[in-house]
Order: sequence, then structure tokens, then C-alpha cells
Amino acid sequence: MAHTAVPVVVETGAAPPAPVEAPLVLEHPHTSTGQDNRKLLMWAFLASDCMFFGTLIATYLVYKNRSLDGPLPRETFDVPYTSVSAFVLLFSSLTMVLALAAIQRGDERRMRVWLTTTGLLGCVFLGGQFYEFTTFYRDGLTLSRNLFGSTFFTLTGFHGTHVFIGVFWLMSLVAHSLRGRLHQEHSLLVEIAGLYWHFVDIVWILIFTLVYLIPD
Amino acid sequence: MSTTEHHLEHEAGEHELEHAHPGAKTYVIIGLILAVITLAEVFFYTQESVRGILVPLLLVLSASKFVLVVGFYMHLRFDHPLFTGVFGFGLMVAGSIITALMFLFGQYPFPHRG
Repeated sequence: MAHTAVPVVVETGAAPPAPVEAPLVLEHPHTSTGQDNRKLLMWAFLASDCMFFGTLIATYLVYKNRSLDGPLPRETFDVPYTSVSAFVLLFSSLTMVLALAAIQRGDERRMRVWLTTTGLLGCVFLGGQFYEFTTFYRDGLTLSRNLFGSTFFTLTGFHGTHVFIGVFWLMSLVAHSLRGRLHQEHSLLVEIAGLYWHFVDIVWILIFTLVYLIPD
Repeated sequence: MSTTEHHLEHEAGEHELEHAHPGAKTYVIIGLILAVITLAEVFFYTQESVRGILVPLLLVLSASKFVLVVGFYMHLRFDHPLFTGVFGFGLMVAGSIITALMFLFGQYPFPHRG
């Protein structure tokens, strides 16, 4: 049965209410939490991803010194090289927030520039990881070589997959913007993509310290 | 105040709250701080003199970077506390998993390299 919307008048007992100006354009309909459900859902997803990476990091740490034969972390890692990758990913977080600031100002052209820069930096990071993986492979470290290889490639491989998905997401936002479908009032879409991208960055902050920098 | 007025003010207030994000200048400053902390991490890693306190030092520096990114770039410092609660819960579970697994595996001897 179809229902028709009937305006409900709320009596408060006070003087008749003065005309109220319509609020600013709301980015989301009214929700029980008062927050946009899409943003809340992204935070819930990131919370679950914390547990996922927490498990992978824990597994790496408990098996770190348990390999029966090499190659071992000390003789494998090239910390100066990985430091550059860490800088690249950190810098991409900065360009990501600059993209968000641009769309919130209504500067769509600059948003596209920053989003594209972020995506390119993500590609540089992925290229660096690909080079690192192939170097390790040539040095004899494979996924099935020892406990270090299994846990290291699983952890960093899943992180790289996250970066790849993030690059794809950012490029799709740029494509939407070029087609004229992403404007200032849709800035939440950029903010949600940014949350994902920054999460990928904070996971790398932890991996860089716990896996690469902390000695055996 | 009528319920309608109250509702509209509430919505407008939340809208303002959601947009009270820092500007580009703050983002660049935070970016510079993050770069300096990363440089410090790599510097301490190469110093033999701090070997004894290297692990806690690196953990503190890493945690500072984590807090800066989450607080400023992900806007948890400015957004509704609900988001902090949701993310904090996941983080707490992750921390518990790491602690519990390291404790459990520390209890059992593993075969060592001969």
C-alpha cells in the first residue's frame, strides 16, 4: 500500500516558530548516529583491516628468528632503499590531503592534479616493492624458502595489494572528475578514499619500523 | 525551541563540525614533521651508540608518526568521537592479538638454527 507523506506539526506550547532558514546543503541524509553511514562504514572496515594486519604482523614477529636456514632478515634488507619507499608513501599521504583540501575549496582542477600525483607516488612505491621482491628472489628468498620468507612476503604482499587497490580507486576518482561527476558537494567521496589511502600509509609506518628497522 | 528548529541546528552543527578540518598549510607542516621523524628513525638505526635503546626509541617515533597521520590526515582529532571509538576498538583488538601471540609463542621453545 502506498503511503503519502503528511507534514507533521510539532506543538511545543511556545510562540509560533519563526521561519527557519534551510540548512546548508547536507552531504548525507539524516542517520541515527548523525554521521554519514558511508564514512562510518569505512572506519569500521579500517578497524577490521587493523585486526587483519595485526595478525600478519604478529605472525611475522613470532616467526622472525625461527627460520632454520637463510636468507635471514639482516642479510636480506636494504634499509636505505626501503627508506626511500617509506618517504614516497609518506609524501603521497600529504598529496592526498591536499587533494581533499582542494575539492573542499571547490578547486576541481587542483584536486585532479593532487589525486593523480598520489596515484603516481603509489605506483612508484609498487614499482619499488616489485624491484625489492625480485632482488630477494634472486638472492634465494622465496615464499616457501623459510619462515622468514613466508611471513615477510605474505605481510608486505598484502600491503602492496592494498596500495594497488588504492591507486585504482584514486584513478577512478580522477576519471569521474574528468567526466564532470565529482564536484565540491561530493568531497566526502574523496575523503573516504583518503581514509583508505592514509590507512595504507600507517600500516607501512608500522611495517617499516617493526620489520625493517628493528634488529633481529 | 521547537523540535524542528532543534533538529536543523543539530544538523547544521554537525555539518560545521565535519568541515572543521585543518587547511593546506597545516597539512604541509605535518608532512614536514613526518619526514623529519622518518629521517630520525633511519639515523638512529645507523648509530651503534643507541643500540641499547633502539627498539623503544623506534617504537616511540613510529607511534608518533601513526598518531600524527591518524589525528591530522585522517581527521580523527577533528571528527566525531564515534569514528575514534570504532577505529580504536579495531586497533585495540589488533594490539591484543600481537601481544597474545608473542606471549604464547614465547612460552614454547622452537628449534633453533644449528
